[in-house]
Amino acid sequence: MDITTTQDTAPPPLSPPPAETRQKQAARGATRPGDRIFLGLSRGSGIFLLALMAAIAVFLTYRAALVLTKNEGNFFTTFEWEANGSPPVFGIAVLAFGTIVSALIAMIIAVPVAVGIALFITHYAPRKLSGPISYVIDLLAAVPSIVYGLWGALVLVPHMTGLFSWLDEYFGWTGIFAWQGGAPRSMLTVGILLAIMILPIVTNVSREVFKQVPQMHEEAALALGATRWEVIRMAVLPFGRSGVISASMLGLGRALGETMAVATVLSPTFDINASLLDPGGGTFAQNIASKFGEANTTGQDALIASGLVLFVITLLVNGAARAIIARRKEYSGANG
Amino acid sequence: MKLQRKNRLRALSLGAVAVSGALALTACGSDDTGGGSTDASGGAQTAAAGSIACDDAKGEVLAAGSSAQKNAIDAWVKNYQAACKDVRINYNPKGSGAGITNFLQGQTAFAGSDSALKPEEITESAKVCENSQAIDLPMVGGPIALGYNVPGVENLVLDAPTLAKIFDDKIKTWDDEAIAKLNPGADLPDTKVQAFHRSDESGTTDNFTKYLKDAAPGDWKYEGGKAWQAKGGQSAQGSSGVAQQVKETPGAISYFELSYAKDGIKTVDVKTDATQPVKATSDNASKAIAAAKIVGKGKDLALELDYTPTTEGAYPITLVTYEILCEKGNDPETLPAVKSFLTYIAGEDGQSLLSSNGYAPLPAEIATKVRETIASLS
Repeated sequence: MDITTTQDTAPPPLSPPPAETRQKQAARGATRPGDRIFLGLSRGSGIFLLALMAAIAVFLTYRAALVLTKNEGNFFTTFEWEANGSPPVFGIAVLAFGTIVSALIAMIIAVPVAVGIALFITHYAPRKLSGPISYVIDLLAAVPSIVYGLWGALVLVPHMTGLFSWLDEYFGWTGIFAWQGGAPRSMLTVGILLAIMILPIVTNVSREVFKQVPQMHEEAALALGATRWEVIRMAVLPFGRSGVISASMLGLGRALGETMAVATVLSPTFDINASLLDPGGGTFAQNIASKFGEANTTGQDALIASGLVLFVITLLVNGAARAIIARRKEYSGANG
Repeated sequence: MKLQRKNRLRALSLGAVAVSGALALTACGSDDTGGGSTDASGGAQTAAAGSIACDDAKGEVLAAGSSAQKNAIDAWVKNYQAACKDVRINYNPKGSGAGITNFLQGQTAFAGSDSALKPEEITESAKVCENSQAIDLPMVGGPIALGYNVPGVENLVLDAPTLAKIFDDKIKTWDDEAIAKLNPGADLPDTKVQAFHRSDESGTTDNFTKYLKDAAPGDWKYEGGKAWQAKGGQSAQGSSGVAQQVKETPGAISYFELSYAKDGIKTVDVKTDATQPVKATSDNASKAIAAAKIVGKGKDLALELDYTPTTEGAYPITLVTYEILCEKGNDPETLPAVKSFLTYIAGEDGQSLLSSNGYAPLPAEIATKVRETIASLS
């Protein structure tokens, strides 16, 4: 029997609380000076924020549009970044590939691990252990990314050789895991580093969601004779799915935009390589960080244009996440 | 992002002004230590620390550019400001490109650059230099060393075509015939060649590829520039990044300023048209600069190096960094300070500081020309 069906028969939500209407009336009929000042202040800040965002968007789009007319290459398909040259030639294909691939690797590694940690903390670990584990996971989030970069370059990279030669020996035939034997500063290493970096946020949000699973669901499942794993599979995971998805999207956002750690660890080449173990690709943020210093005006505009693309990709990812969550609203923690 | 950066810069410079102001005040209050100290209104007086003439220099000089000359500038600024207490030299090593951009926008008094100005940049400079244009003054030279990590090989000799093939991914292992021919008797392993280049844009890349293009035109087909163009190979961020990789990775080779070739990194001796292979040293780089031609027009002293020198001991892969400023129409407020500072660094005392920092001093003939040009700036 599917326990989750109990959700469908749950009592309909209460009619909107009268408190809300009272607030509205208060806002409309604000007569006391304090109310009016506060109303003005908050409205002003809201409008200011919108104006600021619009100004930034206009500025970025303007600079990007200027440089795109000068570009001799195709902005989407050129495998080259000679934005300082005359004429400038640059394209984002390699960057888009590298950004998405490294973030995907990070997600594939981090999400299962994070969900596992979150389940362990909320459902398996003795109380004495779950506190310290949560605390250590939180600490991971507090480490600055440049420190991850240094750790990656000095500790992680030299230790990847073993894994890389193993992957090459047994899975080299796939092409994805073929290795020429270079320094292991590739997309896979970056993906692993990014996975460690996004672990805390995905774990934390998932843990909070799993904690909010109604006690009744779990007890009902237990009462029907379900084992602990069956409880998790039938009650906890379906309830937490949208929460885990939003947690993953937060992590994905971080992985897409990570700059310094990637710039320190990756061996970027302006080339797409099917192998994840050989150098190839680069990411938007890493490319901006390493090329900005020596860029002339055109070069800077080109980097801004690439930044806009990253912005759009992030927007799409967020939009997709929202759409997924909206479709599963009945399970979201807020309505539980 | 740019806005944020600017604001931070502004805050930083405000802080710097405040601190320097405080320092200047305390300097006034304290007793003068020793004779020959500077007097702002006293004309051409000589300072205690060597031949630094402060003249009527005062105020804050903003400059930005090449990070390759950062260590030299730091050493100079320390000495200069000890002598001329009314001047603050604020050099931001944000990169040659950014330095030139800032200069052309009129934000700095001079720029430091690893490459001479391009024709279109000289044209653009008319906007900031009234009735005149910007000129290049060579100031710091330095060998670009080729650091390598080949177990068991203590001395390695390479020439331009071999280097081009190595960095273009044509030579795959260290026991390649081309390398063996240049190193008879060396015990070359069959380790894979791992050529590292810079992942960021860099004047060092620009100068190194200029050398490859000029000295091995048959093997290096790329245009050159600050961004690396050849395919294949590996890359790392900054000179320190590639040097780190050479240290860690067996079979690695890369190019960086000599000062990064430390902690046991061995450097390649370059075979030129002379009879003996040349070691990467400051002296040998100076010899190469001495053989350079001045190609700048008028007072512009842009140099063109001879990448295939026949002179014994001239190290061909040499980088020359310039200070860039207006021939005429410099900001009259900072001009005395700029002239006084540049006179010091182009002088014997200033240049003699260089070799201890891994740089190469300018040869006497070129240094004299640079000093003459500085004296004529207005």
